[in-house]
Amino acid sequence: MHSSLLKFMVNNEPVEVEIVPGEMLVDVLRKKLKLTGTKVGCNEAECGACTVIVDGKPILSCSYPAEKVSGRSVITIEGLAHNGKLHPLQQEFAIKGAVQCGFCIPGQIMTAYALLQETPKPSQNAIRTALKDTLCRCGGYPSIEKAIRSALNDDTLPATIDDIPAQSRFEHRIIGKNFQRPDATAKVTGAAIYTDDLTFPGMLFGGTKRAMVAHGILKRINLDSAKCIPGVRAILTAVDIPGDHYHGLVVNDWPVLVGIGERIRYEGDAIALVAAESPDILQEALNSISLEIDELPAITDPKISMGCPNLHPNGNLLKHIKVKKGDIEKGFEEADLIFEDTFKTVSTDHAFIEPECSIARLAADGRMEIYVGSQIPYADRNQVAKALGWGDDRVRIIGMLIGGGFGGKEDITGQIHAALLTYYTRLPVKILYTRHESLLVHPKRHATQIKIKLGSTSAGKLVAMQTELYGDTGAYASLGEKVMTRATTHSSGPYEAENVKADCYAVYTNNPPAGAFRGFGVTQSTFAIETMMDVLAEKISVDPIHLRKMNALKVGSVTNTGQTLTESVGLLECLDKVEHELKHLGESKPFIGKNVAEQPFLRSAWGIAAAYKNTGLGGGAPDKAGAEIELLLEGVFEVRTSSAEIGQGLVTVLQMIASEELGFSLEHIRVLLSDTDLTPDGGPTTASRQTYVTGNAVRHAAGQLRNALLGWIAEIYDVSPGEIHFVEGLVQVGKQLIPLKDIAREISATDILPKVQYEYWAPKTLPLGNGGDMHFAYSYAVQAAQVQVDIRYGIVTVKKVISALDVGSIINPLGLNGQIEGGVMMGLGNALLENFITENGHIITDRLAKYRIPSIIHTPEIISHIIEHPTAEGPYGAKGVGEIVSIPTTPAITNAIYNAVGVRIRQLPVDQEYIALEIKKRGT
Amino acid sequence: MSICNSYLVPGSIQDATAILVTYGLDARIIAGGTDLLLEIQQGGVPKPAVLVDITRIDECKQIQIRGERLFIGSVVPLSDIGTSLLVFQHARALHEAVLLIGGPQVRNMATLGGNVAHSLPAADGSVALSCLDAQVEIASKSGLSCIPLEDIFKSPGENTLMPDQFITGFYVPLGSQGTTSGFKRVMRPQGVALPILNMAIWLQRVDEVIADVHVAVGPAGISPFRVRPVENYLTGRQKTINDMRIAIDVLIENTKFRTSKYRATREYRSHLAENLFLDLIDLCWNRVKE
Repeated sequence: MHSSLLKFMVNNEPVEVEIVPGEMLVDVLRKKLKLTGTKVGCNEAECGACTVIVDGKPILSCSYPAEKVSGRSVITIEGLAHNGKLHPLQQEFAIKGAVQCGFCIPGQIMTAYALLQETPKPSQNAIRTALKDTLCRCGGYPSIEKAIRSALNDDTLPATIDDIPAQSRFEHRIIGKNFQRPDATAKVTGAAIYTDDLTFPGMLFGGTKRAMVAHGILKRINLDSAKCIPGVRAILTAVDIPGDHYHGLVVNDWPVLVGIGERIRYEGDAIALVAAESPDILQEALNSISLEIDELPAITDPKISMGCPNLHPNGNLLKHIKVKKGDIEKGFEEADLIFEDTFKTVSTDHAFIEPECSIARLAADGRMEIYVGSQIPYADRNQVAKALGWGDDRVRIIGMLIGGGFGGKEDITGQIHAALLTYYTRLPVKILYTRHESLLVHPKRHATQIKIKLGSTSAGKLVAMQTELYGDTGAYASLGEKVMTRATTHSSGPYEAENVKADCYAVYTNNPPAGAFRGFGVTQSTFAIETMMDVLAEKISVDPIHLRKMNALKVGSVTNTGQTLTESVGLLECLDKVEHELKHLGESKPFIGKNVAEQPFLRSAWGIAAAYKNTGLGGGAPDKAGAEIELLLEGVFEVRTSSAEIGQGLVTVLQMIASEELGFSLEHIRVLLSDTDLTPDGGPTTASRQTYVTGNAVRHAAGQLRNALLGWIAEIYDVSPGEIHFVEGLVQVGKQLIPLKDIAREISATDILPKVQYEYWAPKTLPLGNGGDMHFAYSYAVQAAQVQVDIRYGIVTVKKVISALDVGSIINPLGLNGQIEGGVMMGLGNALLENFITENGHIITDRLAKYRIPSIIHTPEIISHIIEHPTAEGPYGAKGVGEIVSIPTTPAITNAIYNAVGVRIRQLPVDQEYIALEIKKRGT
Repeated sequence: MSICNSYLVPGSIQDATAILVTYGLDARIIAGGTDLLLEIQQGGVPKPAVLVDITRIDECKQIQIRGERLFIGSVVPLSDIGTSLLVFQHARALHEAVLLIGGPQVRNMATLGGNVAHSLPAADGSVALSCLDAQVEIASKSGLSCIPLEDIFKSPGENTLMPDQFITGFYVPLGSQGTTSGFKRVMRPQGVALPILNMAIWLQRVDEVIADVHVAVGPAGISPFRVRPVENYLTGRQKTINDMRIAIDVLIENTKFRTSKYRATREYRSHLAENLFLDLIDLCWNRVKE
């Protein structure tokens, strides 16, 4: 194999670069030309993140031999801005909120750029066709479309979403107004740095040998041939782990590496680690390691698992979760109507476009530094330190930008492995997962079987609700107990009934571990209960909205866990909004199926679903966040907390809160996140808790810093605090206007460090089973979806979604809008597309080509309403939004399908074959 | 990841065949590479010593009328086939099929030659070419030759080409008064990006009579399947409801649909075939009048 010289143009500059035969263009761009704006999401020509333009045509650079560009012209994201002036597409993507996690954005913009070069005024259809295969997991397709349209200056195209994001009904200086995320410009120019964009001198490439057997006992690892490969620098097995052999977020049951004689519990189990001088050598070494495993039958059904040999020392039942209210037997006795049904949801994958990447390196003082995009940096620190046998203080987690999380970047993936390889080689080591490995390894959504029995009066008042859930938590606990607890407590829906009983069994199997995923168990149980509510509505011939209103939680209601709701319950208003919006759209009988004009094979109807979801950890877990704010000498306030920005817009929220409290505009405030040396612990980025918990920490810190500042300035200038005002970034003392920078210098001259740290403790909650407040706040949502079903093929298309959310209050409408779009798209994916398939423990959907996520062509028109029922303790009244918005979408769609064609969906994802053959069977 | 030891880019058919003769089984032809590269990267195909990139051979990049036939070069990107007026006029089914293959970026790389050489029984391009009675032009050390499309399929994923051969292009008869064609397929939104069923129909209409018809469907067997009994039955008939009913029975009776896991059952495929057939016959019947 010989290298050759490749000559071509990049961004209108000629380049010459040495390449090896068959090297892919993306590697030449990213590694040799250091143009890291082009991203690799899947490396299998599926996601579009790596799109660049070759001779005017968009192509996928991950699957494009570099030899093909010889003599040609390549444009990358770095080539769009000129002399610091953004291309209109870049500008509009930033302004319109089309940028969230940002990882797909270079691909989106390049695809759109190519379209506009060819078709200066593309139709909506042309935009959707062009962007069909450029995936955005944040789901910001409506905003992407809007950004492209405004880059064209074309208002003639139909709007696909309310052009003005929701306005808050509360008046604040900053809160409730639109602000662009501070990293938007870096994300649209390709300058934003994610973990894989980093390299260090002498850096090695680390990788993991996987079991690829679902269940067995490891007998032997043959490393002989791998050791002989030149360029292999370290090979480690379990015996090399200096500290704890197990890690975990709640239960330490997950082996860092499975040792000889130990149990393999799923295909993704790690057996050996390799560090090599190049990715090619690494791959060769991993391939040459052979394993001897005594295979055991895979346990794959949670119901059967409980009677099987133990996968873990304490048995296969991770937890039996119980909810009890009133007397369920009595409830059923009193019911006029009783009916039951069983529902099944499948495992799904987060499919964030940025695969997991960790880089470990030793700092000059011998401490271990880990560069990683993590949702819980302090938990990473603790787990890495334990495996090394070190104290937490010898490990530093340095959080990088995160290309999507959705709950999938809470558990450890490569962090400990990279640290171990660095520990032995003393060199920086990067572990980058391929998409294949990402799909194999990280925890998924719990596949859940849900049995529901409902008792109601003949008028539709719920009197007894009994549910039984089996949650497949897979090989390891991860957050399984917490997720399934949420599934259980929410399994009777956002309704009040006298008598409730729920039993859930979270069970280990040999499937991939299941853990946190946006919705956190509530996604599954809401699908079941909301379908049952429609079944009930039909049985007693009551309008489904009316039925929900009749039973809805409201202020004064007692939940199934015995919590009396005292405030901020906007469910009825959400129902009203959706009902009103349907009327406004001219839908007099929205839930009755009808034929689509001039489309003899299409039937259409609306479906509705409601949901609620806790904000915060709850259940007695201490829920706190630390934040600090310092006035730096450069005249900027730096807000610090370890909470994670996963695309949801937390940085902007914290910046706005600090701005509101401090009285200085946003450009005077910057936010530093996720560095365990520099930022206080903000707690996990999970449970829709960051705006509330860390937001409150920042609010208090900023308020205190403002008061302290007034005091210090008063002392320095010998005036009363009342004579000090903050005016447009300046400090007014009497008649004098002083730049903030000068104030910072004067304060530090007095030996005062202008910094305030605040640890915020959210209101105390009680564990399940004790009654009282299990959670300190709940968000509520109602959505209606309009579908069209092709009665020949069974194909379902979602045309419109009306969404009404009670989020307490609006902080940043632009960011909120992004969460709404993305939540609806994720709920739509959950309904129609996503199915993480395993067969006897073997993972079938091990490539993105086999695991489909929604694309711009699936995007419905989203009509969004925000209801503001503030919660007293939330910052400015705000509650969580990240999860709630994605939860009712799925049952709204499946209920709509029933209304359109009479086929009831009891299992996800919707199977078009089932629909088509059911319709055929009935001869309708 | 390295995918070969040597990547060669010949500029002519002669250079390409010379390379193939020299390297024999060590060489593999690559065009867009949208299937092959993934298979090499994912270990489905062993890493070849030599990849021979034929996308810079001018003769294989043409779309032109040659006598009574339309020639479509093997390495014309699918996106260019999709925008070709000649293809639209003479091979409407192919026009429709190529615009459904992959996404826009993939269509800028992928080629019809690759689609056919990959030899999958339900490849959209192959099914469309099948209804058009396409011939495949093949280069070898002894020069150019033509074979019927169906002769290229050996088994799913394997073609009949010899190591010194590669596809240079396709010939389809020019369209004429009263003839047209169309293509449709049904996918499922989950899982592998392969059609559950696709179908292409070419039709010649004289007044109210089906003068001639070709029906191709996949997957049903090792190659795109021409349902000759249906073609024979329909030829010379009027398009009555009763004729269509019988044609569907003949179609289902003579086509071997299979159940494939995670994609579709045999029953669903038969159901789709019936509906796609009616849909396409109507489409073509009316399209002739356009």
